[in-house]
Amino acid sequence: MELELQNISKMVGKEMHIADVSLKLESATLNILLGPTLSGKTSLMRLMAGLDKPTSGRLLVDGEDVTGLPVQKRNVAMVYQQFINYPNLSVYENIASPLKIGGASKKEIAAKVDEIAGLLKLGDMLGRQPLELSGGQQQRTALARALAKGADLVLLDEPLANLDYKLREELREELPRIFSATGAIFVYATTEPSEALLLGGNTAALHQGRIYQFGKTIEVFHRPDNLITAQTFSDPPLNTLPVTKLNNRMLFKSHVEIPVMGDLPALPDADYTITFRPHHLYLQPNSEKAIGVKAKVVVTEITGSESYIHIDVAGLRWVVLAHSIHTFDVEETIEVFLNPDTFYVFDSSDKLVVTPAHMAAV
Amino acid sequence: MANITLREIAHSYSGPSDNPDDFALKRLDLTWKNGNCYALLGPSGCGKTTLLNIISGLLVPTLGDVLFDDRVVTKLSTEQRNIAQIFQFPVIYDTMTVFQNLAFPLRNRGRTRKEIEPRVIELAKMLGLENDLYSKAQHLTADAKQKISLGRGLIRQSVNAILFDEPLTVIDPHLKWALRSQLKRLHKQFGFTMIYVTHDQTEALTFADEVVVMYEGAIVQVGTPEDLFERPEHTFVGYFIGSPGMNIVPCRVEGNILRLQEYDLPLDRSYGDLSRFSKIELGIRPEYLSLAPPAAEGVRVDIVKLDDIGSHKIARVRLDDHIFNVIVPELTEMTADQATLVLDPQHINIYGDDIRIGGER
Repeated sequence: MELELQNISKMVGKEMHIADVSLKLESATLNILLGPTLSGKTSLMRLMAGLDKPTSGRLLVDGEDVTGLPVQKRNVAMVYQQFINYPNLSVYENIASPLKIGGASKKEIAAKVDEIAGLLKLGDMLGRQPLELSGGQQQRTALARALAKGADLVLLDEPLANLDYKLREELREELPRIFSATGAIFVYATTEPSEALLLGGNTAALHQGRIYQFGKTIEVFHRPDNLITAQTFSDPPLNTLPVTKLNNRMLFKSHVEIPVMGDLPALPDADYTITFRPHHLYLQPNSEKAIGVKAKVVVTEITGSESYIHIDVAGLRWVVLAHSIHTFDVEETIEVFLNPDTFYVFDSSDKLVVTPAHMAAV
Repeated sequence: MANITLREIAHSYSGPSDNPDDFALKRLDLTWKNGNCYALLGPSGCGKTTLLNIISGLLVPTLGDVLFDDRVVTKLSTEQRNIAQIFQFPVIYDTMTVFQNLAFPLRNRGRTRKEIEPRVIELAKMLGLENDLYSKAQHLTADAKQKISLGRGLIRQSVNAILFDEPLTVIDPHLKWALRSQLKRLHKQFGFTMIYVTHDQTEALTFADEVVVMYEGAIVQVGTPEDLFERPEHTFVGYFIGSPGMNIVPCRVEGNILRLQEYDLPLDRSYGDLSRFSKIELGIRPEYLSLAPPAAEGVRVDIVKLDDIGSHKIARVRLDDHIFNVIVPELTEMTADQATLVLDPQHINIYGDDIRIGGER
C-alpha cells in the first residue's frame, strides 16, 4: 500500500497545527516523525489515521481519496506512549483480541498469535496477565496486538518514552527487524534524535507543524538541507555561529574570525549561520586549519568516558563533546578549536549552502 | 545541612519477615556527605524510589535507622527533616504567578516580604525566569514549569537536602541539556546535598559527583562516573552503564594470560587461582575495542552489522557464538566481512561470578 498526504493542513480555531504537509509513504517502511513536543507529531498521526479531518488537503491510499473516511473504515492500528492492554486478559488473549473481532478461526488465531509472540519474544509470557509483566513486556504486548490486527498502517506515538533506558535500547534494536517482517507502513513519533538514528528507516523533521525535510534517516542527519532540520536532528544541541561574510573573512562580532577557504569563497557577501556538531568542537587544534576561539566554561558534565563542556562564547552557548575526562572550573577561560571542514553553513533564509568536506566525500 | 546516614536499613512492604525475598530493599549502610551531589541509578523496580522515600521520610524502613549527623530521624516527617522534593511532574500553583510560586515556601514559614523579595529575584535570575516573574504559571511551557518546581526546592537556604525523583523525564531533549547544566551550576553555587533518582545513565553520570547503582533491591556499586565506566564492580553495572553496555564474554584466565576461544592474549595484570568461581568472564567496553584488517595478527571475527548512529558507528562482530559491540569512528567504511578484533589490555576487566576481580600488577 501507499499512503500519500497532499498539502494537508489542520487548523484548530485560529491556530495552525499542521501546515501544508505533503508526504508519500510506501509499504514495509519505517517512517519517523522527529520533533519536539507540540511540533505536530500526534496531530499528523491522527490525520493519517482518520481520527481527525484535515482543514484542507487530501489523503490518498493507493491513489484513492480517503480524506474524511473515519478510522473505523480504515485498516489502522495505533500504539501510544501509555501502554494499553486489557488487564483481565492473558497476553495470549490480548494479542488474539483483534483476530477474534475479525472472525478468524481458533486454529488461525493460534497460529498467528504464535508467530507474532515469537517475533516480539513473548512466547514464554502468553499465559500471564499484563500487570505481571515488566514495562517493556507490556509495551511489546500492546505492539503485538497492533501487529495482530494486520493493519496496513501502524502508528506508534512515542511508544518507548515510558520505558527504562536499557529496555528502550533493547526494543529499539528489535523494532527494525519486527517492522521489516510485516508489510505495513510504520509511522513512529519521537522527540529524540538518538532514537531516530538507532531505528534507521526514513525521518521527517517536524517543527511547528511543518515538515522541513524527509528522507533516509542517516542522510537527513548527515545532509540536513536547512537549519531547522539540522537543529531538530542534533542531540547534544548543534553549535551555531552567526557570521557576516566580508571579502575573505567571516566575522562574528569582534570575537571570531573565520578565513574563507575551500568551498566558502563562492559565497556572496552576506549573513550566514555556521553550525557544527559538539564532537567537532575540539580542545586541541587537530589540523592546520583549526581556528582557536576563547570561551568561558559554564559547566562540565562527565559521562565516564566523555566530557560535555558547556561554554559561553561572547553570549553564544556551545557544547564541546570531548573524549576522556576533563575538569574545568566554572568561569574558567579556555581555548576551543573549530575545524572549517566540519561546518554546515546556512544562508539567511536557513538553506544549506556548504556541506562539510568530509560529508561531501562520503 | 547535615550528613545523612542510613544505618542497617532494609525494607519489606509486607512488614518484618525472615524471608529475604520479601525485602524490596536489602540491608544497606550508606552515608550521604553534606554538600555532595549524588545520583541513585537503576532500572524500574530496583528499589531506588523506596530508598528515596526512606530518606525523605515518606516511608519508615522495616529495619534500621536514618540519621542526620548524629540525630536519629527515622520516624520524623519530611517537614520535620527539612527536606525539599522535586518530582517528575511540576508541582506548582497554576493560578499563581512565578513570583508567588517561588515565594510560597518562604511565606509559608512566615518570612517577611523584605527577606523574600531579593531571594526570589536572585533565584529567578539564576533559573532564567526573571522575565516571567509576574506571569501566571499556567501560561508557561513545560520546562518553565519544571524550573519553577526546581526553584521552589531551592528557595529555602536551610534545607538539609534536595531530593529529585526523575525530574527531567517529561522534558524535551534540547531543554534537558539546558536544565541539567543549570541544575549543576546551582549546586556549585548553593552547595546543597542533592540526591537525584533516575533510570537514565546520561542524567545520572553527568549530574552526580558520585553515583549509587542499584539492582534488585541492593546497592551494587557506589562510585564516580569514571569508576563506573572504567571499573564496574558488577557485570550489571557494566551492562547498565554505557550505550551499548560493556561486552561481557566467557573466557579463561591463567596468570596474566587471557584465553578467549583459541586465542591467547596478554593482560596487564596477573590473576591468581580462580577455581573458586563457577563462571569467569571478560568485560570490555565497546569504546576500548577496535578493528584491524582481517590479515592482521589477532582475534579473527566476522562482521555481522555496521550501524551508523550519527557521530560514530557501532560494529557488531562475532567470535563463534559471542557478539561484541565495537565503537568505530564516524568515517569508517567497511567492505570486508571479516576483521581482526583488537582489545586494549589496560581496559580489560575480569569477572568471577559477576563480581570484578582486582588482580595484581
